[in-house]
Amino acid sequence: MSTATATPRSTENPQRKPDLRHRLAERGVDARLLLLLPGLILVLVLFVYPFLYGLGLSFQPTDGGGPLENYRRFFSDSFQRDTIGTTLWLALPAALFNVLASVPIAYRLRGRFRGKRLLTTVLVIPITLGTVLTAEGLLNFAGPAGWLNRALAAVGLIDDPLRLVNNYWGVFFSLVISGFPFAFLLVLSYLSGIDPSLERAAASLGAGRWDRFRLITFPLLVPGLATTFCLTFVLAFSVFPSAILVGDPTGSTRVISIAAYQAAYEQYDYPLASTIAIVMGFIELAVIGLVLAGRSRFYTGTTGGKGA
Amino acid sequence: MAWLVWGAVALFLVWLLGVVGSVLVNSFGERWFDTWLPAGWTTQWYRQAWTSFGLFDVIVTTLEVALAVVVLSVVAGVPAAYVLARRPFPGKQVLWFLFLLPIMMPPITYGIPLATVLYKVGLAGNLSGVILANLVPCVPFVVLTMTPFIEQIDPAIENAARMSGAGTFSVFTRILAPLLLPGILASSILVLVRTVGMFELTFLTAGPTSSTLVVALFNSMNAAGIRAQQSVDAMAVIYMLVMLVLLVTALRFVNPTQLVSQVKEEPPE
Repeated sequence: MSTATATPRSTENPQRKPDLRHRLAERGVDARLLLLLPGLILVLVLFVYPFLYGLGLSFQPTDGGGPLENYRRFFSDSFQRDTIGTTLWLALPAALFNVLASVPIAYRLRGRFRGKRLLTTVLVIPITLGTVLTAEGLLNFAGPAGWLNRALAAVGLIDDPLRLVNNYWGVFFSLVISGFPFAFLLVLSYLSGIDPSLERAAASLGAGRWDRFRLITFPLLVPGLATTFCLTFVLAFSVFPSAILVGDPTGSTRVISIAAYQAAYEQYDYPLASTIAIVMGFIELAVIGLVLAGRSRFYTGTTGGKGA
Repeated sequence: MAWLVWGAVALFLVWLLGVVGSVLVNSFGERWFDTWLPAGWTTQWYRQAWTSFGLFDVIVTTLEVALAVVVLSVVAGVPAAYVLARRPFPGKQVLWFLFLLPIMMPPITYGIPLATVLYKVGLAGNLSGVILANLVPCVPFVVLTMTPFIEQIDPAIENAARMSGAGTFSVFTRILAPLLLPGILASSILVLVRTVGMFELTFLTAGPTSSTLVVALFNSMNAAGIRAQQSVDAMAVIYMLVMLVLLVTALRFVNPTQLVSQVKEEPPE
C-alpha cells in the first residue's frame, strides 16, 4: 500500500497530485477488490433484485385499487392478519425457551470432561432429523396411541391421552427439537469464548458460584445470547413444513408463511404473496432490530476468551 | 441445581429417542395399532419406498444440487470472505450487511419473489432454478464461516509471497488455498448439510423432476393416504442416515463451537 507522500508516477498529471489509482489505493480500493465481484453479483442478482421486484410487485395488486391495496387487504382481513400473531406466538416462546434452556446446560458442559464429545454429538443429532422425520416421530410418539401417552397412562398419571400433536404444542415441540441443539451449540461456543480466569479471579476475591455467574459470566454472555436468540428466532419464525405436518394448519398454527404460500401457489396471486413475504420480512427484522438494540446496551467488547 | 440440569438433558434425550425410535420401529413394523410394538417385522416398506418414490433418482438429484451449490458458493464466497476479512475499504459495512441479510431473513420471504423471477425467466422448475435459489443463503454462509479461518492466517506470509513476485492469482492458489483447505472443507461440508436439509427454497423452485429428498418426503407425507405411512417413515429414515453421514463427516473436520468464536482448547496430552 502506498503512503501519502508517494510521488505521482504518471507524467501526464501536471499537478503534483497522486493519480486516481493511487488515491483510490490509499483508501483501500484496488484491483484486489474485484475478488468480491462473484459473490456480490450473486447476492445482487439472486437476492436484492428479486426482493426489489417483489416489493414492486406488492404495490401492483392483481385486482386493481391503489398501490397499497394489497397491504390494506392483508391487514383488514382477520384471517390473514392473525397469522402475524400466530407466528410470533409460536416463534418468540420457542426461541426464548431454546436460548434460556441452553444456558444452564452449556454452563455445566463447558469444562473438559470424559464423554463431552459424545454428548455434544448426541445433542447435535436432531439437526439431521429434518422436519418430516421430526413430524412423523412426534405424531407416532406423542400421538394419542403413542408411547408417551401409553406410558403416562400405564403409570396412572393420566386417564385420557394428552393432545400433544396436530395443535400448537406439536409445532412447539418440533421447534424445540430442531432449534435447541442449534441454540445450545452457539451458547456453548460463546461460553467457551469467555476467559475462565475471570471467574477464578472473582472466586479468589470470595465470590460464590451464583455471584460469579450473575456478575461475571452472564453479563459477558448477554451479547452472545442476543445473537443466538436472533438466529433461533429466524428459524422458528420461518416455520412452515412442521406447521402443516404436526400443527393445525387451518387454525391455531396457520403461520404467516402458510398464508404467503397459499397466496402464491394456491391462488396464483403473486403480488399478494409478495406483499405477505414483505410484511413477514419487516416483522422479523423489527424483532431482530429490537433485540440487537437492546444488546448494544450491554458490554460488547472482547471477552478475553481462550484464543480470542 | 446440577440434578435439574442433568434431568432436563435426560428428558430431552428420552423425548428424542422416542421420536426417532417410533419412526424406526414403524418403518420396520408390519401392523401397528393399539400396542406397544408392531405385530411383526418386515423390510418391505424400504423396498416399497425405494421403488414407488423413485428414491434413486431423488437421491441423485439431491447430490447433484448439493455438489453444484457447494462448488459455486465456495468459488464465489471464499474470495469475497478474503477481501472482507483482510481489507478496509469504503462501503465495507454496507457490503457486510448485504452478505448477512440473506442469512437473517426467513427463506420464504425472499424465496417467493425469487421463485417468481425465476419462473419469469424460465429457470424455475428445473435443476438450475433449485441450484440458484440455494446459492442465496449459501454464499453468505461461506463468507461468514470462512472469515475466522482467514483471520488466522498471518498476512506476513502473503506479503512475503507478493514481495517475491507472486500475483494475486498465484498467492491464492499456492499460498492461501493450501492454508485455507481445512476451512474450505469445513464450510463445504456445512453447505452440503444445509443444502440437503433446505426445504423452503427447493420446495418453491423445484419441478417434478428436480425435487430433492426433503421436498419429496414432504410431498409424500402431505399427500396423506396415498402411500402407506410406514414407507414414508422408511424414507425419512433414509434421509436421516444421509444427513447423519454428512454431519458426522463434518464434525471430523470442524469443532462446531469454533464457528462462532475462536476457541483454542488446551491440547489433549
